[in-house]
Amino acid sequence: MVKVVDMGDYIIEMLNITKRFPGIIANDNITLKLKRGEIHALLGENGAGKSTLMSVLFGLYQPDSGEIRKNGEVVKINNPNDANALGIGMVHQHFKLVEIFTVLENIILGVEPNKMGFLQKNEARKKVMELSEKYGLKVDPDAYIEDITVGMQQRVEILKMLYRENEILIFDEPTAVLTPQEIRELLQIMKGFAKEGKSILFITHKLNEIMEVADRCTVLRKGKCIGTVNVKDTTKEELSRMMVGRDISFSVNKKESKPGDVVLSVRNLNVVSKTHGKNVVKDVSFDVRAGEIVCIAGIDGNGQTEIVNAITGLEKPSSGKIILNGHDITRASIRERSIKGMSHIPEDRHKHGLVLDYKLEENLVLQRYWQPEFQNKGFIKFDSVRKYAEKLIDEYDIRSGQGPVTIVRSMSGGNQQKAIIAREIDKEHELLVAVQPTRGLDIGAIEYIHKQLVARRDAGKAVLLVSLELDEVMDISDRILVIYEGEIVGELDPKTTTVEELGLYMSGAKRDVVKEINDAGEK
Amino acid sequence: MQEKNSSLNKNKYNLKNIIDSSAFSSFLSALMAIVLGLIFGFLVMLVAAPANALEGFKYVVFGGFRRIGDVFYFATPILMTGLSVGFAFKMGLFNIGASGQYTMGMFFALYVGFMWDMPGSIHWIVACLAGFVGGMIWGVIPGLFKALLNVNEVITSIMFNYIGMYLVDMLIQGNSIMYVPEKTRTRYLPADVQIPSLGIPNSNVNVGIILAIIVGIILYIVLQKTTFGYELKATGYNRFASEYAGMKGKRNIIITMAIAGGLSGLGGAFAILAPSSIAGSSMTYEPINIIAANGFNGMAVALLGNSHPIGTIFSAIFISHIQRGGTLASLVGYKPEIIDVVIAVIIYFSAFSMIMNSALLGFIKKRFSKEQKDIDDYKDNEIKEAE
Repeated sequence: MVKVVDMGDYIIEMLNITKRFPGIIANDNITLKLKRGEIHALLGENGAGKSTLMSVLFGLYQPDSGEIRKNGEVVKINNPNDANALGIGMVHQHFKLVEIFTVLENIILGVEPNKMGFLQKNEARKKVMELSEKYGLKVDPDAYIEDITVGMQQRVEILKMLYRENEILIFDEPTAVLTPQEIRELLQIMKGFAKEGKSILFITHKLNEIMEVADRCTVLRKGKCIGTVNVKDTTKEELSRMMVGRDISFSVNKKESKPGDVVLSVRNLNVVSKTHGKNVVKDVSFDVRAGEIVCIAGIDGNGQTEIVNAITGLEKPSSGKIILNGHDITRASIRERSIKGMSHIPEDRHKHGLVLDYKLEENLVLQRYWQPEFQNKGFIKFDSVRKYAEKLIDEYDIRSGQGPVTIVRSMSGGNQQKAIIAREIDKEHELLVAVQPTRGLDIGAIEYIHKQLVARRDAGKAVLLVSLELDEVMDISDRILVIYEGEIVGELDPKTTTVEELGLYMSGAKRDVVKEINDAGEK
Repeated sequence: MQEKNSSLNKNKYNLKNIIDSSAFSSFLSALMAIVLGLIFGFLVMLVAAPANALEGFKYVVFGGFRRIGDVFYFATPILMTGLSVGFAFKMGLFNIGASGQYTMGMFFALYVGFMWDMPGSIHWIVACLAGFVGGMIWGVIPGLFKALLNVNEVITSIMFNYIGMYLVDMLIQGNSIMYVPEKTRTRYLPADVQIPSLGIPNSNVNVGIILAIIVGIILYIVLQKTTFGYELKATGYNRFASEYAGMKGKRNIIITMAIAGGLSGLGGAFAILAPSSIAGSSMTYEPINIIAANGFNGMAVALLGNSHPIGTIFSAIFISHIQRGGTLASLVGYKPEIIDVVIAVIIYFSAFSMIMNSALLGFIKKRFSKEQKDIDDYKDNEIKEAE
């Protein structure tokens, strides 16, 4: 038996991992070696196999072939408990916290210190507070999870790993839900961990963050390992080329906007939440003009969804006025709004945007099947539907297995979104409401969608964009409205503002008295 | 990349199309359910009386062919209730109230048959239509509750089974023209209200089965070809998307429940207006406080037929066939309950149809296509789901 000698360097080695799912190979012979005390980034587009690989390491999946070694010794990880015993901890993208438990209860969940079955909370509290102080992870141990911010929830997840004395920390897209300030804080904390000798696997698709903190980076593409590089020897461009397989333009080229008439005006809008009965949109007023992209920026859950729902008719506002092209549509039905010129790319494409079990062609006429072009006396004209679908598929490059008759559920997320965009853009409209149109998509698809939005603007349409991605907000909007706790707290010009300033508004640290807009919207 | 995909695509196009088509897969799963159900049923018969098992099983499977007229006769009402349940289910509504609607249909048909004076040639047609209206009323009420007050249709329609049954029993017992108290049943219906027989000897089979099959085909056309069907299925698949697309969900719920109720009611009318093979008699209604079993059988029929109108036609005939065969199995000493066990098992297995589907399809795909590679888009999607 020959023992490999230089193994001491690596704390975790995943060697030749292959994981198949019916019909596809999610991980194809992937090797990932994690050094002690390094921050190792795992980069790849959606569907590249990052999460599958991490799930294998965390014991959620068993690899079909390949082995995992810790400190040079082969280990078998059958479930998350095994992973935990090996000192592997993970902060999931969607936090796994019990909402109605306190911070402390969540941290000790599963490893509760007890004496003969009686909980020893004081002991636990002491340890948690020590950790919290040592790493600057500020939490209130007695607050309930449902009451604290997303940023604090993440700190709770990190404390959970530390409490269990994990030495290998996996962060799955940890910055997706944070403000720029919180992101900076998190990256600092991660650096601190590395200095202490903990090893970090950092899953992300944000290149800036990799450049800032990571020592090395492994890139995955379509289930295959493209390579591992030293971050200081590489550039953002090279990483993105490795990730996507071609060059990507990072900034959107667009001309100066030429705003025209007011298309949408919202006045003193109030919306009461369906879930908790509080006012989640407070006296919001703004205009969107033809030929401009107005973006509502803010951290998730600050009332953006409710504003959009009120505008598109999915939810009833409690008071206020919404005027589209001079028509008061505050109480209009969704169909009426659609006829009066509103197109809507919804936030949740699976819940609202598509009937997943319908064919692609049926989904492409979802907003228009009732028009004389597609029906005659209640009978759908399938020939016209097919022809129309083929036209859209061709024009918008929607790729699918069987063309118009593909069941939409079997299509990739990017192509599903393209189908929605094709449908909403091709339909007669004056106003395009796009809510997080690039969520969960890969760089290529994002580039495409940004181009389409700018093209709409240049065609003289009004575009209302809601986005949580700061890069997107800065890149494509002409005007930024920052929303915080249901109120518009600032109106910024992306050309003169910085991401940092935007972050301050988004986190509520800064606010302007937004000037009263006079009632010019109503014709 | 694109070219490679499309050529790959073309090679597998035919096979993939057939395997992926939902009609094929639901047919396959129904077939699997039937085969497994029959095997299990055979085992039960083997345990009950080993000596006669083979003989009895032959009766179960093939016995129906000897009584083809009866097979179609008994298929008529369960086909209608099956269509009713399946139609509502296409919109995501569980119409558990088929029994109540069926009973109301019988009452309305009887009422028109006894109380209205009409020319003989159209009397039975009007009685059938009355049955439709009766069921419709009983279906639309849970629909209204669901649409306007968001009351779960399962609860209301179950309650309406009881309300309908007791109401009809009460109304019939209180009507001296329709009811014969000493025989605890309704009088014989006049011959001109009975549905014309198809003339197969020793069988009550009548025009009803033909009308029921036509109704099934009409439903198929409505679901597949019309904007109403498009909206209805869209709502059933994804209520939120249909709302987003501006469909009138509430109106559609009411209409769907009205139609579903009407279908069950028509089933009741077909059952009660069927001609008797014994001259001078007719079907009768016995007000004995029992919920009509045909309503619940309809659920089984719809389930086996995957709620598809054409599938439902076949599954109704199949279940009727196996029931007839089951009664024949008593010739070799089996209790007719055995056949209820077999049918229950078939339904039970068809409830697993989704699981069996994917297992069986996976097997077939593996056998026929050695190529593991699929279209990139499909692949990406799978990975995402796996993640």
